Amino acid sequence: MAKKLKKVDVVIVGSGWAGGILAAELAKKGHKVVGLERGEEQKVEDFVNGKDELRYSQRYELMQDLTKETITSRGGLDQEALPIRTNEDALLGKDKGGAGVHWNGVNFRFLPYDFEIYSQTVEKYGKDKIPKDMSIQNWGITYDELEPYYDRYEKTAGISGEENPLGPARSDAYPNPPTVNTPAIRLFKEAATNLGYHPYQIPSANVTEAYENPDGEKINACVYCAYCETYGCHFGAKSDPIVTVLPTAQKTGNYELRTHSYVYKVSYDGKKATGLLYVDTVTGVEYEQPAEVVILAGFTFTNTRLLLLSKIGKVYNPETGEGVIGKNFTGHFGNINYLGARGFFNEKKFNNFMGAGALGATIDDFSGNNLDHTDLEFLHGFEVQIQTTGYRPIAYNFVPEGTPPWGKEFKDKSLYYTNRNLYVNALTGTMPWKQNYMDLDPTYTDFLGNPLLRITNSYKDQDLKLIRYATDICKNIMEKMGADIVEEDKVPDDVEFNNSYTTGHFAGGAIMGEDPQTSAVNSYQQMWDAENLFVVGASAFPHFSNYNPTETLGAFAYRTAEGIDTYLTKGGGLLVEGKKEKSKA
Amino acid sequence: MADNNQSEKKSSPEKKKGMSRRDFMKNTGLVAGSAIGGSLLGGLIVSQRDTDSKTAKPSDKKEPAFQEARMFFTRAEDFKVLEMATERIYPEDDNGPGAIGLGVPYFIDKQLAGAWGINARDYRKGPFKPVSSKEGGKETEVENLPPNPKGAQGQGKTSEKSVEREQTSLIRRDIFLEGLRKMNQVSRDQYKDTFDKLTEEQQIEILQMFEKGEVEMKGVTAANFFVLLRKVTLEGAYADPLYGGNKNMEGWRMKEFPGAYPAYAGYIEKDEFFKLDPISLTNSQH
Repeated sequence: MAKKLKKVDVVIVGSGWAGGILAAELAKKGHKVVGLERGEEQKVEDFVNGKDELRYSQRYELMQDLTKETITSRGGLDQEALPIRTNEDALLGKDKGGAGVHWNGVNFRFLPYDFEIYSQTVEKYGKDKIPKDMSIQNWGITYDELEPYYDRYEKTAGISGEENPLGPARSDAYPNPPTVNTPAIRLFKEAATNLGYHPYQIPSANVTEAYENPDGEKINACVYCAYCETYGCHFGAKSDPIVTVLPTAQKTGNYELRTHSYVYKVSYDGKKATGLLYVDTVTGVEYEQPAEVVILAGFTFTNTRLLLLSKIGKVYNPETGEGVIGKNFTGHFGNINYLGARGFFNEKKFNNFMGAGALGATIDDFSGNNLDHTDLEFLHGFEVQIQTTGYRPIAYNFVPEGTPPWGKEFKDKSLYYTNRNLYVNALTGTMPWKQNYMDLDPTYTDFLGNPLLRITNSYKDQDLKLIRYATDICKNIMEKMGADIVEEDKVPDDVEFNNSYTTGHFAGGAIMGEDPQTSAVNSYQQMWDAENLFVVGASAFPHFSNYNPTETLGAFAYRTAEGIDTYLTKGGGLLVEGKKEKSKA
Repeated sequence: MADNNQSEKKSSPEKKKGMSRRDFMKNTGLVAGSAIGGSLLGGLIVSQRDTDSKTAKPSDKKEPAFQEARMFFTRAEDFKVLEMATERIYPEDDNGPGAIGLGVPYFIDKQLAGAWGINARDYRKGPFKPVSSKEGGKETEVENLPPNPKGAQGQGKTSEKSVEREQTSLIRRDIFLEGLRKMNQVSRDQYKDTFDKLTEEQQIEILQMFEKGEVEMKGVTAANFFVLLRKVTLEGAYADPLYGGNKNMEGWRMKEFPGAYPAYAGYIEKDEFFKLDPISLTNSQH
């Protein structure tokens, strides 16, 4: 039997960006907050000797311990799901700060179109433009309503960037100047400009100048050492929860973070969540932490699985399309969303070993509805970018097609081309489908014996058409950049979901919307079925934009924190009333 | 490793000192299989070595590379296959040393001895659904290894089917032992000699058979074993030298990779290429 602890105002699952922002904001308002983190304590000093590709990129030091829990995955309803057994196929964060610690730091806002995708599509192209089984919906909020929270997040994280010539309206400039222009970036920008596009520097959480955020947290200036992705920043120059929101929360004296605390269930009385059940993985002792407000701010998979394990909300049924928990699984997948064109230069050399996670340039000419879809057989769009995170020697051995993958020729060419190749890639948006969803696996269990989360996902014609259109653009740009050999990533007609979760961008399962029939939470990420339960993160995204998710997730977390404060001080109730969606197909 | 004693006789370097580890165990009554605590056995062997070093004459020879002894592989014959296989994957050439010169075989031995070799961070609950080229009458599709990981991330992803590859019940140690021994078996069947004695061309041919999945293995496909072998060979060539490979940072020098440089601010905007002498974690931690 779980030992019952003293009730607190707020209990939060997770200490990543979402959990960290909520902890900071609510603790600042004077609420007593407890955070439950299944991983360990960690701090910047842990990464001082962290330039170790084998340890961090090949052995996945900062990724989830899969001995305790993983996910299972399959390509369709008729298939048997297999467990993801190694981190090679799942870059899921762990420890204090979550995936926010090992991220690259790319920060985009979503487009106004994203939040009203259903009504804007119907308005512009008619209902028939939306294919059968594509379950897009409005988010129940507009860009303008969210904008102040985007600004708030950017100031907390010290985002470094410049005006996007095609971007949506901003209330203020980025708090820090953009990252540096390198020879590779200059080449990309020149080529893009010559082709009539509008390049600008990728907004970055690799902070460009020593910065103090509005909470008084200090972030250093990035030195472009090229160890961001899968690494923690030894220099405190990559904005993450452990250098920003978590210390802010801790300073108030109102936040207690308990590590090694593995939450396995939300206690629920049929109307409200009453607390969280967790096990201390060091002692094995089980606890119940009661709270006035319960927040799930784990990764998409954790949030969805906890709702399913706790039997809160109506479970989604992929045959009928009814129910909400587990609905609209989307993401950016390595073999359909994240592709482009590689260029090999016979004479030109680049310092490919230098870089930063978000160092690069991008164009928005094809993002979302910047593309006219009238004559296209897909919805949404893509950004094109050159992102110079830094080539490390084990993982980066690119050779022109036709080179054998090992032996004399491979060694010679991989050495020759290491600093003589560049990559321009697209990142495409992903639409939700009736058949792509999450539920509990019937076979595989975690270390406590509870079922794992099962993901069912397949690609559609839309995905294939979109990525092919996108890689063609990448190829044109790479040719213009003057590469001697240009190789466009080819996506075969019969491309299948590769059951790989290495991009870290996954969404859905507890999506937001206006109608409780088709969404799990409202735009404050408040559960329709349990008004004191907030499910925060990309789990609430009804579809996946072509942009990286963190900034949007962060903006929503700020807005939700405001909503929760209102909820706690004004005596509860739904912050937004549900309505029957007029516009739903 | 049930039969490790058979090869010990031939390969143990301690034998040259007059008493092999096996002889030592025999003499002290500690034959393999008797119930004896590892710490006691370990302690006895340590004291044996202490005695050796005390009686040994001072030598004018260079200090041996103490790290270059086998931690995992018990049989020299398995290790010899590993040495030549990795050398064919990453051969010595005009650019510089190959896998053997970089210490890759010892790197792999250490990796297999540690957490990676026993899949310590992996999900290991059943049921396991291994893919096998012909087992159970089911022909499974054999994937070819693309030379370039597709996509932007370059996370060392080499395969579209890796989730299926992961479903074996074997741990990496088992896969390597089975794979290397199978290579020797194929060598003997085809060329009447062990893999390490074959010509370069013959060795390449056998490796290609594994790469294409033309050899039958149990619990794992030969192609999947090859994927693992290639991956860990590159790791040994380019990981920080602290792990026992990338000897003298020669792998990094060939790749013009400077290692654990603390910062590139001030360099990164410049057009010229910087050829920097590499820094290892040993440099930065001392």
